[in-house]
Amino acid sequence: MRLEPIANPGLARSLGFPAAALLATVFIASALAGLAGANPLATLGLILKGAAGSKFALLETLNRATPLIFTGLAIAVAFRAKLWNIGAEAQLYAGAVVTVILGTSALSGMGGFAVPFVALGALVAGALVLLGPVMLKTRLGVDEVVTTLLLNFIMLLLVSYLLEGPMKDPAGMGWPKSAPLDRALRLPRIVEGLRLHWGFGLALIAAAAVWFVQKRTTLGYEMRAVGLNPQAARFAGIPVNVVLVKTALLSGGLAALAGFSEVAGLKGHLSLDLSPGFGYTGIIVAMLALLHPLGVVITAIFVAGIFVGADSMSRAADVPTYIADMLLATALLLMVLAIGLTKFRVVRG
Amino acid sequence: MKSALGGAQDIVLRLSGITKRFGALTANDAISFDLHRGEVIALLGENGAGKTTLMNILFGQYTADAGGVEVFGAPLPPGNPRAALAAGLGMVHQHFTLADNLTVLENIQLGTRPLWRAGLGQAAARVKLAGLAADFGLVVNPDALVGSLTVGARQRVEILKALYRDARILILDEPTAVLTPQDSDALFDTLRRAVATGLSIIFISHKMHEVMALSSRVLVLRHGRLVGDVATATTDRARLAAMMVGAEVAAPKVAPAMPGPAVLTLRDVSTRTIGAAPGLQGVQLALRAGQITGLAGVSGNGQAALSDLISGLVEPQSGVMEPAITPWSPRAAVAAGIARIPEDRHKTGTIADFSLTENAILETYTGAPYSHRGLMNWRAAEAQTRHLIATYDVRCPGPNGPIRQLSGGNMQKLILGRVLDQSPRIILANQPVRGLDIGAIAYVHGRLLAARDAGAAVLLISEDLDEIMGLSDVVHVMSEGRLSPEFGRGQMTAAQLGLWMAGQGFDHAA
Repeated sequence: MRLEPIANPGLARSLGFPAAALLATVFIASALAGLAGANPLATLGLILKGAAGSKFALLETLNRATPLIFTGLAIAVAFRAKLWNIGAEAQLYAGAVVTVILGTSALSGMGGFAVPFVALGALVAGALVLLGPVMLKTRLGVDEVVTTLLLNFIMLLLVSYLLEGPMKDPAGMGWPKSAPLDRALRLPRIVEGLRLHWGFGLALIAAAAVWFVQKRTTLGYEMRAVGLNPQAARFAGIPVNVVLVKTALLSGGLAALAGFSEVAGLKGHLSLDLSPGFGYTGIIVAMLALLHPLGVVITAIFVAGIFVGADSMSRAADVPTYIADMLLATALLLMVLAIGLTKFRVVRG
Repeated sequence: MKSALGGAQDIVLRLSGITKRFGALTANDAISFDLHRGEVIALLGENGAGKTTLMNILFGQYTADAGGVEVFGAPLPPGNPRAALAAGLGMVHQHFTLADNLTVLENIQLGTRPLWRAGLGQAAARVKLAGLAADFGLVVNPDALVGSLTVGARQRVEILKALYRDARILILDEPTAVLTPQDSDALFDTLRRAVATGLSIIFISHKMHEVMALSSRVLVLRHGRLVGDVATATTDRARLAAMMVGAEVAAPKVAPAMPGPAVLTLRDVSTRTIGAAPGLQGVQLALRAGQITGLAGVSGNGQAALSDLISGLVEPQSGVMEPAITPWSPRAAVAAGIARIPEDRHKTGTIADFSLTENAILETYTGAPYSHRGLMNWRAAEAQTRHLIATYDVRCPGPNGPIRQLSGGNMQKLILGRVLDQSPRIILANQPVRGLDIGAIAYVHGRLLAARDAGAAVLLISEDLDEIMGLSDVVHVMSEGRLSPEFGRGQMTAAQLGLWMAGQGFDHAA
């Protein structure tokens, strides 16, 4: 068996295989629910209802999608230039730490006007976290997969130290969490009374901005060239290393905005459970979106819906929430396979 | 040794009606022929004529859509490389398939020993190898690491590998592409000995003089069809060339050059050695306006270093290049009026998944009219691409399709347009016609000559001596990073240049 590349996959092929992958995912998820002793169809119905069955459920899904849009964009930007940033989790926490530091500082005296500065500070912090690995890559050829991945653990330990030490909330009854952000610096709710905040709006703007950068700017053109063929890019005179550094700053900054938005929009303070792996889930989001920035918005909402829906289903049907992880893993693997099948044909002999 | 003397019992290989389609393209169209014992068949054809596809079917890498193969009277199961080897077929690929970190003996034994058998059986292998080496004049030290061997010696190992597996039919895919003329002569001597012992050979080549010298019969493929099957003794080069392209080919007529002043001078330039490729060693070179300077040499002798230097990729370690590129970067080289046609148009010259438009502005996108304050002007880029497509006769569906859909010739025309449209003063053409069909070759050569006549200094790097001697006004030869003195047009014969390519003459000159 061999793979033959297909020069021009038709519409049926480019849509048919991904659709089949989604269908197969649903089928496998039903089988799993059945194994857990529940009625498969009812389980899926409950997930759907929990994710989008009411205004409250839908807003909760969008809420959960917000950090995933940021980390998904961060991954999509980096992967497009073949910069394998696995460290969105670390960049997210760096953004969150700086958000708390600035948000509890003298800046809070400025009131709501300070919000953009806090966001900018978070963005710079995330960018700087990725700067180290990318410099090691361009200068010394150190594999960024290893350095960015390991930085995640270093950053978590650092945050743990900060929350037990210098940043510990004196009024926190001993819990490892930071002091709360000044009220004036919190992102307002989009719908009064519900948890959806303007971080979601910022995420949509970020997605549009990334799309614009990739499509219409010289930097976007350079990033795509470097990602598709660094050798040809270098020969043509594109400064490959400079482009990689710029890509890293953009990617790290986007991931950090996830931390900013979670702290300033949702939680109001920093704790170690700020992110249940948004940085890693961002990889799934970006891959499912085929690294397209507008696609990231859709897949982030889809992935968030599965998590939110599974939470609510689990309470009603007594099926473990792990089914959400299984669903996502299945969806990702099948989607990667489907994408392969749209580009290659399997030939016998 | 002459063909077609024996009867049916002499037929060692029979192809009947082999047909292979890739989508709309018919790569092999009902090809049938017989190979006799002790016969040398030359398989001639342009790139894309279907030679490689046919050999891949023979070796079971592809399965034919129709037709069959018989070896020694028994049908060969399709799609099974192991069966092809067992039946006595041996292939020597153009790009060697050897492990550099193993010895000659280990390479030759590779894949011949069952996994569950203890011991390496090296003693017996050594004896067999020595016998083969003596019989066929293939001198090579069995304990040498393959990585340390010369290109000629590596090819001997490839041939020994096939003979060691008791191949009775040898297939050689462009075996002389990487050899000096002297190494080629030694190879031919080996092949003649092999034929004398009853082996049969299929020999794939573009080079007419080799075909005439070695083969007893010539098969010509064109667009997947067998268009000629003639005894070598009854034909000549012109007739074979005509069969290959389907029309009489006119040799390019090159008017005498009107050389101007030197526009690029290297004085005693050396560059760092990178990996196995030698750097430049004290190179003196002057490229004059209105003149084509040819650079002959076996690949891997420093041509890449010279090309990287002038392309702005590598700085000189010592010596002076005038004018210098500051800073030493590809972008500054382009700005200095250097047009660069890279050796590998797929890996270096273009970005396969980019559109024609995105590829057309790769070197010029930073300035007006393509970008302004960090924003791209795709309309201007597309207009320029349409201009290049029209001016340089690029056959394509349009400026917005990916460039990987284009044939090699059309890809090269777009690269030509990209660099020549900047009215360069210096043109670096590194293997500009490798892998192109004859029509595209003539087009590229015509463009280079036109640029010369318009006053550009052209440096033509090629492994094809015929191309160098046909096109160049002056010729240098490169060997192990050293550059020969300048020879005028017609001053040296191919054989004399061959000696320089093999490294002789440099000591006297230096």
